[in-house]
Amino acid sequence: MLQRYSLLSLFKNGLTGNENWQPTWRSVEPKKSYDVVIVGAGGHGLATAYYLARNHGITNVAIVDKGWIGGGNTGRNTSAIRSNYFYREATDFFERSLQLYEGLGEELNYNIMLSQIGVMTLAHSEHEMEGIRRWANAIQINGVDSEFLDLEQIRKELPILNTSVNARYPVVGGFVQRRGGVARHDAIAWGYARRADELGADIIEQCEVTNLLQHGGRVTGVETSKGKINAGQVVLAVAGHSSHLAAMADIKLPITSMALQAMVSEPLKPFLNTMTVSSVCHAYVSQSDRGELVIGGSADICNSYAQRGGMPVVEENIRALVELYPCLSRLKLMRQWAGIVDITPDTCPVIGALPMSGLYINGGWGTGGFKAIPAGGETTAYTVAHDSPHPLVEAFSLERFRSGELVNEAAASGVAH
Amino acid sequence: MQQIDCPWCGVRDEQEFSCGGELVSRPRDPANASDAEWTDYLYFRQNIKGLHTEVWRHTAGCRMWFLVDRDTVNHSITAIRKLQPGVTSAPEGEVNE
Repeated sequence: MLQRYSLLSLFKNGLTGNENWQPTWRSVEPKKSYDVVIVGAGGHGLATAYYLARNHGITNVAIVDKGWIGGGNTGRNTSAIRSNYFYREATDFFERSLQLYEGLGEELNYNIMLSQIGVMTLAHSEHEMEGIRRWANAIQINGVDSEFLDLEQIRKELPILNTSVNARYPVVGGFVQRRGGVARHDAIAWGYARRADELGADIIEQCEVTNLLQHGGRVTGVETSKGKINAGQVVLAVAGHSSHLAAMADIKLPITSMALQAMVSEPLKPFLNTMTVSSVCHAYVSQSDRGELVIGGSADICNSYAQRGGMPVVEENIRALVELYPCLSRLKLMRQWAGIVDITPDTCPVIGALPMSGLYINGGWGTGGFKAIPAGGETTAYTVAHDSPHPLVEAFSLERFRSGELVNEAAASGVAH
Repeated sequence: MQQIDCPWCGVRDEQEFSCGGELVSRPRDPANASDAEWTDYLYFRQNIKGLHTEVWRHTAGCRMWFLVDRDTVNHSITAIRKLQPGVTSAPEGEVNE
């Protein structure tokens, strides 16, 4: 029986020196065979396992990962959550994800530290403001909250933002999605892992997939560093390495892997009460619960699997930050890192069946996979359980690149990439 | 900072360059190429983890396209070649910037 987390359990375990907590998930060796093997124990893989069990009763599931839980992009993002997309297909999907996030802490009995601090997108010229009006209107038409802000409102809400008319990129207005925000990225992985484990899924870390086994045009399992594991169905939830895994089944994808960097500063007292995004200055920034500023920007310029980025992008991000908040010019950075992201031509994900029976993909998340975790898991689980795409991800099939029905969301990613 | 040895201008910082992505060849016979061939050319990539050939342009210099053999894991460059007629063709249109 799973130990429930509560104020009472915290108190009781505190009294006994915190030595009686149960492990959050089991450490297991792989069985010979599973109904479903999920490759990648990041947010999307773990969420897929959880929803397979909870929504579809499929519990004979293994999640294998070459590293550890949430050690890839789930632990390397800026934890931004928003659903302010432009096209209905993307808006519906990401809005579903945001709604799931809003109830996730309670559902998982795990504090995901969701802070709906709002995401404020800034415009730096009248022309950009026109574009932002069109964007924010589209969001409202799609039934999601968004609010225009004129310069006076922005000055009132964010007095420390550089709104001087003499700024190199003067702010003229913007819009905000108040329900957007941030969550604790590790907690998403751990919370889903804990519940998926409780419902029967085996989480197998340090288990690298080296080949996809196939027979008669159907995937039959995976070859791993811990031996062969047979599977009825296999899900690739390895964004960043999607092409690398798919190539094991001779499948080419419309994906390029690139490094996306982020960085955090030394902690400061709370002073920034929203996430600000500037496409022109090319940065987004929020303040974490620990007081650190979390800063992200554009991807590095070329193909990479290196999980580290170059200094030119760091410099660009910092320049943008100081342009927006001149008061931060003497701030020290503590850490800087990169994750490898799947970039697709239309910056929308690829979810669904691959051209091999029994093989599915959850990838192509570009620079925005974190916010998609709950809906990504839910729809991937549905797609696997029914062997037919969930209505929310029909538009995100691999087939769209052949039929030409791309969902060109490039305009609505937070900053240009 | 990656440094790239432009075949015409010499070693410069990566900021002077644009990367055009992995080398892909245009359909040889555009007028008769099938939709599938165009789709492969436009969207589908090998996206190799390891050594591959890609195209770069010295955007802030001579503006010439050239070929680079670069490892996508450790970023080491093993060869840089001028684009020669007949060897292959440079991508046209947009560059991933």
